[in-house]
Amino acid sequence: MLSINNLSFSYNKRNGNLFDDFSLELNAGNVYGLLGKNGAGKSTLIYLMTGLLTPQDGEVLMNGDNVRRRLPRTLSDVFLVPEEFELPKMSIKKYVSINAPFYPHFSMEDMQRYLDIFEMGTDLDVKLNALSMGQRKKVFMAFAFATNTSVLIMDEPTNGLDIPSKSQFRKLVTTCMNKDRLMLISTHQVRDISEILDHVTIIDHSQVLLNTSMADVTSRVAFRPLHEGDQPIFVQQSPYGALGAVPAQPGEETKVDLEMLFNATLLNPEAIHNLFTTSK
Amino acid sequence: MNFKDNKAIYLQIADRIGDQILAGSLTPEGKVPSVRELAAEIEVNANTVARTYDHLQQNGIIYTKRGLGYFVSPDAQEKIVASRRDQLMQGEMDYFMGQLKAVGITPAELQELYSNYLDK
Repeated sequence: MLSINNLSFSYNKRNGNLFDDFSLELNAGNVYGLLGKNGAGKSTLIYLMTGLLTPQDGEVLMNGDNVRRRLPRTLSDVFLVPEEFELPKMSIKKYVSINAPFYPHFSMEDMQRYLDIFEMGTDLDVKLNALSMGQRKKVFMAFAFATNTSVLIMDEPTNGLDIPSKSQFRKLVTTCMNKDRLMLISTHQVRDISEILDHVTIIDHSQVLLNTSMADVTSRVAFRPLHEGDQPIFVQQSPYGALGAVPAQPGEETKVDLEMLFNATLLNPEAIHNLFTTSK
Repeated sequence: MNFKDNKAIYLQIADRIGDQILAGSLTPEGKVPSVRELAAEIEVNANTVARTYDHLQQNGIIYTKRGLGYFVSPDAQEKIVASRRDQLMQGEMDYFMGQLKAVGITPAELQELYSNYLDK
């Protein structure tokens, strides 16, 4: 559904390319987690994917259309929730009446349902500028989900949300997800979203270090206390002794620890690469 | 839903459904929530829940009626008890026995402990 083909991009020629011949394929029906360190280029990649930045080379295709052409059929079917955004000084109702017409599949009924999941009440006359930052984010995300676009991209969606709203956010994603939709969540808060992901994509230095399904991770890597004779890819000390990421034994399936997977991938990309490219 | 650390999520969800069947909140021949309903309820990816249902179906604990969804098998309770017994014997019991041996608890002592436990 979204194909990133041989993308090269730099903000400034002197600093070299942030992306160099970068390719990635994203398919409908999946919730992708895009993970990378600060400065790895996650947000830049998102802006390139949504046609907000122009690559020096390569292209991003959405259902075959180059996103840089910003065709109405592309823009009405993609929604981006950036990490930081401004909302105009107006009521929720006014905001919706101005913005919803750009999205042919927008549903007011869905919007109210999502505001309800976020415990935002039903009063649409509330002024956006009277809301706290977290509340504004919830309204914006409720709108984003209610546009029912095929592609929904969120940059650090759980930043600024309080503890109960992180769970509400997960509920929203699992409620709204379907086989025709593609969601991509870029985040550092891996604990917030681990269970809602289908697929994990780890990037660093403009390279895709790991791009695979959570089910594949479960079958290839075990996250658990270490025993003698283990050959861990990554070790982490805990109050209960050493924990590690180890190649999974046949039939061994543990809960995926995304934080450990991320650290293992950055520390030892070759071991991870080998583990994920061997056939089972 | 809170997850333990050491078991794949889809299996933990299967355990949870097993608990509900044993506790009677899901009854034999009763309807199981749809994949999407359960995914939203427990805030877990729908494909993970679909994997749980596959697993339960393979083990004969639930079955599908075409177009109607998933239902609890008539003999689900017996099957769950049998499989949990196997799991216990292969897994935790082995560890537990090792601990008993390490601290020197005799079979007679163990028998007394277990009898007392059952009387509680």
